[in-house]
Amino acid sequence: MTPELDQRPRLAAGCRLNEKSQQPRVLQMPERALRLNGPSLEIVSRCDGKHTVQQIIADLQKLYAKADPKKVEGDILGYLALLHERRALDFE
Amino acid sequence: MTTAVPQPLALVAELTHRCPLHCVYCSNPLELARREAELSTQEWARVFQEAAALGVLQADLTGGEPLARPDLTALIRAARGADLYVSLITSGLPLDEARLEEIVGAGLDHLQLSFQGAREESANEFAGTRAHAHKLRVLGWPRDYRVGLTLNFVIHRGNLAHLEEMIALGEASGAGRMEFAHVQYYGWAFANRERLLPTRSQLDRSLAILKEAETRLRGKIRVEYVVPDYYARYPKACMGGWGRKILLITPEGSALPCHAAKVIPGMRFENVRERSLREIWESSAAFCKFRGEEWMSEPCRSCDRRAQDFGGCRCQAFLLTGDAAATDPVCSLAPERKRVDEIVAAANAGRSAESSTKADWLYRPNPA
Repeated sequence: MTPELDQRPRLAAGCRLNEKSQQPRVLQMPERALRLNGPSLEIVSRCDGKHTVQQIIADLQKLYAKADPKKVEGDILGYLALLHERRALDFE
Repeated sequence: MTTAVPQPLALVAELTHRCPLHCVYCSNPLELARREAELSTQEWARVFQEAAALGVLQADLTGGEPLARPDLTALIRAARGADLYVSLITSGLPLDEARLEEIVGAGLDHLQLSFQGAREESANEFAGTRAHAHKLRVLGWPRDYRVGLTLNFVIHRGNLAHLEEMIALGEASGAGRMEFAHVQYYGWAFANRERLLPTRSQLDRSLAILKEAETRLRGKIRVEYVVPDYYARYPKACMGGWGRKILLITPEGSALPCHAAKVIPGMRFENVRERSLREIWESSAAFCKFRGEEWMSEPCRSCDRRAQDFGGCRCQAFLLTGDAAATDPVCSLAPERKRVDEIVAAANAGRSAESSTKADWLYRPNPA
């Protein structure tokens, strides 16, 4: 599924970021951990049930101002859909 | 050792071997640890700290039944305090709602609840006790808390006919994940293998059902399952490779590369009471023994798959061939594959596929 722009993604129960002090940063979930790089960490740390998909896209477009904004949007939507499929994300 | 020592990802903490269930396929060893020998709260807390320092990300608190430890809340707090992701692998039997609230409050991330089937009578038979009804009660509670929930079904010859009912039970539960684990033949399951190993047609049917459920539930529930390796063409990458990803601590503090490792004769496993986890992981003889590829003989040594399955399972190689360094005999390329073929042939040769009578099971007892 592709998330709607006004939805607010939130990490599912049993899924959380590891502590800020730890390296590498990972998304912890039952029986696995997903390593996060720069952009994916920026996305996941905004999946708090408060940011809308639209806001996450706008934030990342600002952070990665040199990248093509359309590509940033497409990448974010794809990544959120992937996390949802793996049951790491709910859309509220 | 020519290869660099890898970083462990998960610590399996067998807190106790005590358990109110007596499952006929229990993965605990035949020789169970006694209560007096169990590590203390403080010793476990140190193990969690040392594990985190070693790079471990997740702690799986298991047993026996981990809820049999009266200090479980403190242990969860200690593991979470060490910045580990904390899973509790439980039968749910000694759980009530107040205790669930307490352990979630202590920082539990994920609850894995085991089921012996979907039907009360047979589930209780495999558990050797009346556990099923209480598990159904427990199932109603986690949705009120912020905790991940996995339902684990151990499947085998005796309950595969009810697979659709198990899936329905999971769908109705609000779990984020369902795990269907075909019995693996070690410990008590090895002793009861004849009554547990499914037929080829049972297996094929189950895989079709599970595949359909996995697709249908994608995005709702993560459905995971493993093919029983006696029927596989290639062995499983047991524990992700010996001494590569996982270390297990027994109730009395022995550090093992896998649940069953104590069956291998001539091995000496270090204890966390005497050595640091880092020393044990990086340089103990037991963890180095089958790490990397040096120990392999043919056909593994030159096989393209050796970095994928690491030669399969060392304990299974020992249990079926008497040689722990042999190629896992479930591999179609293994010289000893005929041993597995004979076992599979017997399972398919028309012996009763129905659940046998209770008197036939070897039940796992409670340790002293």
